Amino acid sequence: MMKNAVTCRDVVVVRGDREVLHGVGFGLATGSVTGLLGPSGCGKTTLIRAIVGLQAKVTGTVEVLGLPAGSPKLRDRIGYVTQEPSVYGDLTVRENLRFFAAVLGISSGDVDRVIDAVDLRSHADDRVDRLSGGQRSRASLAAALLGNPELLVLDEPTVGLDPVLRRDLWELFHRLADNGATLLVSSHVMDEAVRCDRLLLMREGELLADDTPDGLLASVGTSDIEQAFLTLIDRKAGAR
Amino acid sequence: MTPRVTLAMAARVLAQLRRDHRTVAMLIVMPALLVSLMWWMFHESPGTFDRIGGPLLAVFPSIIMFIVTSVATLRERTSGTLSRLFTLPMAKLDFLLGYALAFALIAVVQAAVVVSISLYALDLDIRGSAWQLGVVAVLDGVLGTALGLLASAFAATEFQAVQMMPAVMIPQLLLCGLLLPRDRLPGVLHGVSDVLPLSYAVDAVSGVARGNGFGDGAGSDALVVAAFIVGALVLGAATLKRRTA
Repeated sequence: MMKNAVTCRDVVVVRGDREVLHGVGFGLATGSVTGLLGPSGCGKTTLIRAIVGLQAKVTGTVEVLGLPAGSPKLRDRIGYVTQEPSVYGDLTVRENLRFFAAVLGISSGDVDRVIDAVDLRSHADDRVDRLSGGQRSRASLAAALLGNPELLVLDEPTVGLDPVLRRDLWELFHRLADNGATLLVSSHVMDEAVRCDRLLLMREGELLADDTPDGLLASVGTSDIEQAFLTLIDRKAGAR
Repeated sequence: MTPRVTLAMAARVLAQLRRDHRTVAMLIVMPALLVSLMWWMFHESPGTFDRIGGPLLAVFPSIIMFIVTSVATLRERTSGTLSRLFTLPMAKLDFLLGYALAFALIAVVQAAVVVSISLYALDLDIRGSAWQLGVVAVLDGVLGTALGLLASAFAATEFQAVQMMPAVMIPQLLLCGLLLPRDRLPGVLHGVSDVLPLSYAVDAVSGVARGNGFGDGAGSDALVVAAFIVGALVLGAATLKRRTA
């Protein structure tokens, strides 16, 4: 059996005096693209931060590439893209990437590769704060691709991008997965679900479903993911 | 901690500063401008300027470095870049030392400008050597940086970071011996001033100005300042959290 790149069991996260994740469990198969879908505020970012080891007050098991989440040994094996582009606005795209490459200790030759991967060649020497929102988030994504990380955790990487670019990025995600990387991609746009190998549907700090897109549609008996999501919520409310 | 990462941090901070002419001007010109203002104020009584001119070389650089550093690192936290750095192979000390190193280089330029202007343009009369005055002025700028890095760990927003200035630096400014020699402070306040870093920064500068070289008292005050710098950086690393709520 293929080993999971990420395994979560009974993950509970408390922020302030509120419990925001109530015992979440799932596994991410190595080499797969998993969509983490759910409305804004449902706990997607908190779960992601728990996986990359930035979230405080996490209980339960979060195992990443065979190590506990947040282990120092994971720091050059994970690529993480925050929801807001986390690059330096007063530096150019290339300067940003050179810096992150230096932190990772990889050759700056990789910089050109990731610039091409996100299609920013024509803006490589522009200051990031002069770029559009979509270009900025691609610059942020490029930084996460440096050094070919084994696990890529992307928090809403396709927000505000035009359809062509979104399609290109999803193709890129699948190419990376075909080369052995594992991707977790969050989104609040349900129509991105069909592009994933597997889906995690989340609402109010709980997982409603963990299935393939087709499996989910079949089990719920609907023809689109949005409808499946609504049906699952209704069923859950009915079960209470 | 990895020298490669620390240096990459420092180079990046300097690259950002290079784009920000107003901040560089603020850092390098402002202390000299403020000292010149004081010189002008006391134009009628040059003895007063000679007495306070030395301490000013400690006070202005450290306060200005404090403000700039505390906001710069906060910006890193609010923009999300700190989160990214902490998922990368970057130790907390790499982050702090990177900033400290970059601002130390600025402090060297700052000290060269403020000391040269004070000695050669404003005729500040000191008995000690100019290079020792320069070394102490650099240390004092770095002290401001280190305290700013530590303070920014306690501030959640840039708004709060700016408020750290009156909370952390002004009490030190009042008690450091600039307004009233420390031995004439009420006993309790004298005791308090004995544990404040800026007091030693001012003592070191005044010592050099009076002609006590590094071998003669000013050196041990400078060492205390250096110890405060190391302490603030280590404490800053301990308070900086990778995992946040």
